[in-house]
Amino acid sequence: MTRAGWIRLLLIVGALALLEAACRYGLISRHAVIPPTTMFQGAWQAVGSDETRTDIWLTLENVALSLILSLIVGTAAGLLLHKATRLRRALDPLLASYYAVPTFVFYPLFIVLFGLNRWPLIAIGFLFAVVAVIINTLDGLARIPRAFVRTAAVMRLTRTQYALHIILPAAAPWLFTGAKFAVAYSFIGVIAGEFVVSGAGIGHAIAFAYNSFDNRMMYGLIMLLFMLVGSINTLLSLWERRLYARRAGR
Amino acid sequence: MPAAQDADPLVTAERAERRDIPPALDTVMLIVGLVALWQAGTLLLGHEALPSPVATVSKLLGIISDEDFPRHAWETARAFLTALLISLIAGLAVGLALGAHRVSGEVTEPILGALYSIPKITLYPIILLLFGLGISAKIAFGVIHGIIPVILFTMNAVRNIRLVYLRSARAMRLTVAQTAFTIIVPAALPEIVSGFRVGFALTLLGTLIGEMFASQHGIGYMLVKAMETGDTGTVMSLALLLVVLATAASAALLAFDRHLRRHALTS
Amino acid sequence: MQAEHLSLAGVTRIYPANEGHAAVHALGPIDLSLRQGEFFSVVGPSGCGKSTLLDVIAGLARQSAGTILFEGKPVAGEVPDGIGVVFQEDASFPWLSVYDNAAFALRRAGVPDAEVRERVRHTLAFTGLMSFAQAYPAQLSGGMRQRLCIARTLVMRPRLLLLDEPFGALDQQTRLLMGDELLKLWRETAATVLLITHSLDEAALLSDRIGVMSARPGVFIDLVETGWARERDSRLASEAAFGAVTARLWAALRDQSIKALAMAS
Repeated sequence: MTRAGWIRLLLIVGALALLEAACRYGLISRHAVIPPTTMFQGAWQAVGSDETRTDIWLTLENVALSLILSLIVGTAAGLLLHKATRLRRALDPLLASYYAVPTFVFYPLFIVLFGLNRWPLIAIGFLFAVVAVIINTLDGLARIPRAFVRTAAVMRLTRTQYALHIILPAAAPWLFTGAKFAVAYSFIGVIAGEFVVSGAGIGHAIAFAYNSFDNRMMYGLIMLLFMLVGSINTLLSLWERRLYARRAGR
Repeated sequence: MPAAQDADPLVTAERAERRDIPPALDTVMLIVGLVALWQAGTLLLGHEALPSPVATVSKLLGIISDEDFPRHAWETARAFLTALLISLIAGLAVGLALGAHRVSGEVTEPILGALYSIPKITLYPIILLLFGLGISAKIAFGVIHGIIPVILFTMNAVRNIRLVYLRSARAMRLTVAQTAFTIIVPAALPEIVSGFRVGFALTLLGTLIGEMFASQHGIGYMLVKAMETGDTGTVMSLALLLVVLATAASAALLAFDRHLRRHALTS
Repeated sequence: MQAEHLSLAGVTRIYPANEGHAAVHALGPIDLSLRQGEFFSVVGPSGCGKSTLLDVIAGLARQSAGTILFEGKPVAGEVPDGIGVVFQEDASFPWLSVYDNAAFALRRAGVPDAEVRERVRHTLAFTGLMSFAQAYPAQLSGGMRQRLCIARTLVMRPRLLLLDEPFGALDQQTRLLMGDELLKLWRETAATVLLITHSLDEAALLSDRIGVMSARPGVFIDLVETGWARERDSRLASEAAFGAVTARLWAALRDQSIKALAMAS
């Protein structure tokens, strides 16, 4: 691990130790925050429970569906928009403001449309994630150097060859960034939805624990979620670094 | 008429040939198209599920002119502006410090990145436990949403300042303060403003979400009440209000961003 | 064998008027004819349309008027078979190794593996890149990357090789050495070469003939025959005749450069 990595580890451990001390010595009220060690116990307890495992699995399924949909639709839309110059330029200001809009307000609409099941959750996750994918796809496509386009013309490549062998690898780093956002936003959309109106999933479990004053379970679940999202992010970053190590940022 | 800074007409001509210069009219037409789609949706799904554009606008006017509304609006505005101020100022300060100090930046960046992608709604119970119900919880919620992108963008902006600018500063024997204000800030400003734009949007989102759960006043509260009672008319009207406000503010910031970047080098 | 490998008659390129600017007459009218196997350079002040000329010849852009004939067939906005282009910017693909970069065009054209291997190995050895075959462009210097771009173009065995200021980003010494290499490649492949350069020395050293372009809209105001032997290299620079060529180029070019500078400000 790098020097920065060690410092980071120490920082996190130190912060947790501080929090532990503050909680145990009563500096922070036990009603608000519990000591990290108790949080870990809660997490362990949660993982042991069948119900929680079902909830986790359900949330992951929803996130996966939202992710796959947003990647497919987002990438396709990005490719089409890249070509449809006039439409894209008209859309630009709207895309730039998209994330200022609280899309979760359409949640009731989706319940009416799809019923009280997983689909409103997936729809919100999708809405959240798809625009990030589109924006990053467009960004990657825009950054393809003109020299590549002209080289393809000189090599007399067909459109398909150009798309598959030049556009795709050239834009890949940005497509990957879009995918990372899609993962994060799918999680946010789905869990936020579960929080508000749902009978299952991690978000619901956390809300339930909160309403039942079960701090141990609540913090345990939150910690579990952190670790889950954290590991997925770390894996993605590692994969990204391996993929693009030889490209040195191009 | 070419602007004063268009030096080489051939470069401009080449660029213009590769893209049409879009009139803002196109965007307006697009919006009209989207409204038409909305109306089609109403016809398909029925008035209860999806109120029509006209019905939504008239309902919205009714809500705004209601005597209770100014109080709610002010409540939201208060929380939002406070959260925004904290996000921008604290975010800027932390971002500058982390950007300037290489090791600190390197250490904290992954942590910040992880915090950015975690669904902060899961922290809401913790916020409520720490701040109780009321405006401080809303502000806190807004801040945790908005401050991280500001920090990340500012950090990046400072780190990405071209070394040659800093070396020029040393060659010109500028003091630290002079370097900071006359070189670092202008050089990093466009990217910092991009961070502000994202921070603005997310702070608004966070404040609204906080209001939905932690308050008896404010637009977020009105929203969640309407959602719970199945009052789709009000939900749509408030949603429309928020969309218009958020888009307007975002467009203004975008214009400011473009204005700042007008002299940027494009090699 | 066609004596006139490439010919241009009355070729112009005008960018049409648009919001924000009037029509820009970028190039022409150009009349030019290149002999098979000739090494021809184009020099001219900045912005005179040298790159536009290359685009139009290669079929990357369509001329606004005039005819271009390559090997007897007209060229108008489509890249014909047998042309290779090396651009000013580095066009090496960062996601492929040197070897895969060089093999790229052949593979896309469906050339069988054995032939690909043979041609790529030969070209890499010839351009001195063989020991870097498994390296990636990010690990190479600017000069090496340009060499890779040249190798990638040569692998396709172009009969007309167009180069747009390929050594622009390199230092003087490297440029001279790369020039010698280019001459070697030219002799080996027997291709016709059109080189665009802003360096009068380079043009004078490398070429059989040099076209001097005026400021925009670029037209040829002088065509200088150097009369060098085919077996030549950078040591030519020490001969008196070399100085005469560069002097003549500058005499033609000086006023145009002043004019171009005035246009840009």
